[in-house]
Amino acid sequence: MIFAQQPYLETFEWSWPTWRFWENDPVFLIIQVVLIFAFLLVAVMLMVWFERKVVSDMQNRIGPNVAGPWGILQTLADGIKLFFKEDLIPDQADRFVFKLAPYLSLIPAFLMFTMVPIGGNFADKNGEAELFGHTFLVQLVDPPMGILLFLAMSGLGIYGVMLAGWSSGSKYPLLGSVRASAQMVSYEAALGLSLAAVLLASGSLSTHDIVAEQVGGAEVLGVEISVASWNIFGLGFIPFIVFLIAGTAELNRPPFDLVEAEQELVGGFHTEYSSLRFSLFFLAEFMNVVTMSAIMVTLFFGGPDGPILWDAIDWFWPILWFFSKVIVFLFIFVWFRATLPRLRYDQLMDLGWKVLIPISLIWFLILAAIRVGQDEDWNIFVVIAVGLAGGVLAMSLLMGAIRNARLNRAESDVLEYG
Amino acid sequence: MTIAEDAPTTDAPDTGFVGDASRVMSRDNAVLRLSEAEAGALSLDPEDELGESKMIINMGPSHPSTHGVLRLMLEMEGETVLRSKPIIGYLHTGMEKTGEQLTYLQGCTNVTRMDYASPLFTELAFSLAVENLLEMEIPERATWIRMMMTELNRMASHLLFMATNGMDLGAVSMMIYGWREREPLLRFFEKVTGLRMNHNYIRPGGVAADLPDGWQEDLIEYLDAVEPRLEEYDILMTGQPIWRERLQGVGVINEAECLALGATGPILRSAGSSWDLRRDMPYLAYDEVDFDVIVGSYGDSFDRYAIRLNEIRESMRIVRQCIEKMPSGDYRAQNKKVTPPPRARIDESMEALIHHFKIFTEGFKVPVGESYAAVESPRGELGVYIVSDGSSTPVRMHVRAPSFVNLQTLPHLMENGLLADAVAVISSVDPIMGEVDR
Repeated sequence: MIFAQQPYLETFEWSWPTWRFWENDPVFLIIQVVLIFAFLLVAVMLMVWFERKVVSDMQNRIGPNVAGPWGILQTLADGIKLFFKEDLIPDQADRFVFKLAPYLSLIPAFLMFTMVPIGGNFADKNGEAELFGHTFLVQLVDPPMGILLFLAMSGLGIYGVMLAGWSSGSKYPLLGSVRASAQMVSYEAALGLSLAAVLLASGSLSTHDIVAEQVGGAEVLGVEISVASWNIFGLGFIPFIVFLIAGTAELNRPPFDLVEAEQELVGGFHTEYSSLRFSLFFLAEFMNVVTMSAIMVTLFFGGPDGPILWDAIDWFWPILWFFSKVIVFLFIFVWFRATLPRLRYDQLMDLGWKVLIPISLIWFLILAAIRVGQDEDWNIFVVIAVGLAGGVLAMSLLMGAIRNARLNRAESDVLEYG
Repeated sequence: MTIAEDAPTTDAPDTGFVGDASRVMSRDNAVLRLSEAEAGALSLDPEDELGESKMIINMGPSHPSTHGVLRLMLEMEGETVLRSKPIIGYLHTGMEKTGEQLTYLQGCTNVTRMDYASPLFTELAFSLAVENLLEMEIPERATWIRMMMTELNRMASHLLFMATNGMDLGAVSMMIYGWREREPLLRFFEKVTGLRMNHNYIRPGGVAADLPDGWQEDLIEYLDAVEPRLEEYDILMTGQPIWRERLQGVGVINEAECLALGATGPILRSAGSSWDLRRDMPYLAYDEVDFDVIVGSYGDSFDRYAIRLNEIRESMRIVRQCIEKMPSGDYRAQNKKVTPPPRARIDESMEALIHHFKIFTEGFKVPVGESYAAVESPRGELGVYIVSDGSSTPVRMHVRAPSFVNLQTLPHLMENGLLADAVAVISSVDPIMGEVDR
């Protein structure tokens, strides 16, 4: 609402010039806000349990099995324990920033989820659902700047991590926060570039429109396939792979969890945190995992798109499809954690700047060329061939340059050493 | 074993042993030559030599990846470790001094607690040293049991290394897998010796007990189960691009530097020196079994990892040969002055009762002299030096602990690496702090 009142937004020609809420009824709106809030908290609780259970299964362990059936209430028990622990603030800490940091981390995590369409019949009703006599979009808000809000919020989340490490007044957290800022800045770029490819396809920033554009199926070699219109196929996998890797890094999940690398930095940025403040970081981290999975489903896997099996409850199926897809991604994140060793700091930077950013940039240019080619009626195969050739050439030039630089550096090292 | 192109190679010119050794020893920054108080004062005062961009960071004694209570003072510039200084003594229990108060029979109980990841090796070295002084002949079966048990212990120790090395690099599942494979071994030890660790099984004169019934089947079943799992390690770690990048070219050391610093075991072998006491100075019956000494070529952490992984395989080969060739006979020397009589004899023979009483109260007397026995422990050359004055307790006992000596290489290996490399290096040196501090 605050954003909508700012005049400069009106000067742009948005396809959806105003924020769309589920319904303009304030009571209804508040109910939905509370619902989303409660949903996220429960989702985090289940996610923590899910992660521990899956990892323990991969490691031949049983995992939590005492609190509740299959240990499902373990997170609740942990939360209660954290709640009652003593809250410590180190003497050397900057008290105000130390207290502020967890909230800076948590609030963006909450806000990010509000604009994800988690349901709605996109097949025939343009993403609307009918329930209890109301017709509404199954997402809390559909802001016109949509996906940019996601980038902005994930950018803001860094402040929480960075300030937490800095304000602790301790050395390990400081190293953690330095790592955090460098890592997030690097991977935000790759994240944004792969996102640009999606925007090229959808022509809109709104998450609702991004989903709507992916619905309807496409014809592949004369066969109508309903999932072929999803962005992952339409954009040729590369943007999705880059987004998945950069997203994992953005989440500080293994193998990119350098920020809290337990074996190196003890606990990283939250070493000095305890009690409720620690649990807020914990909450934010897992909430971000859920949100990132939801965003990936929205951007590349058609969001709630899927067959409506029974028309009478057509509000139900999209929600089911959406969460099924999200769970697949949650599983992938857990899988990463159970199998991969951690990257080193310089390797992480190399991967970000020398591989992910050039690849996503080149791929974006190729996609743009194809778009232009379609408009100008060029031969599509020639465009793709020329584009790929140019991409390979650019990539090999870059690799050559990097190799040269490395050799030069090694040589100068030898001279210095000798 | 290949190395990535971008891995730094050791650029030391081939000037022979003396030149290289002096380079290591005389280099100013090999050791941080400041006391803790001085370093602390420097890090507080930005005007001083340390400068604003550098900081002293204390890693340990209580830190997740310092393998117990090792403490490292790291002088860092950003993430780069400029100098480092290992500080030890947090686990000092005075075992060598205690050993002078204990009889030779009690000595094994004492020394087995030093290297708690491979306790049988210290028992073995101690027993060999004592037997040298006694000039005893050990029955063949006892020798083979000792060899088989220590090889199994080597496997257990290296599996523990696989677990901790994986965990230190962030592959958390590996920790559990390593323990999973080690567990049946500890169960087997319990079946044979009565204890999972600190066995006091190998004693002067032989071993404490014969192998239990069905030990062959147990071991063959275990070895058959572990072999495919080692293949899984190859998939999970050896062939893993991230794993290789994290370890290749990290913590590089060459042969001359190893020799100058006294490093032995997998560290020395990783630098290309094929030195293994089992083959070069055979003890027990190692000259009768067939096995390979695994040697690396780059002297980096990856080589040390690969050497240990393959040494597990070699140990399995030796154990299989032990199962095949295990001779029959007695499991300890029947020397009435050293080994206690069988339980049944005590009831019928007065002499047996007296011997039994004397062995367990005042112990057996060992001739005057000194002796040094060394074995190839999973960490390197483990030696026990004993001086006897003819009484039943040693005058002096000293243990040449490989972990302690290998720890000297840490400042050299860590130099100019990143903090994450420092963790990988500690892990690949694989120190056991109980053995370091003794």
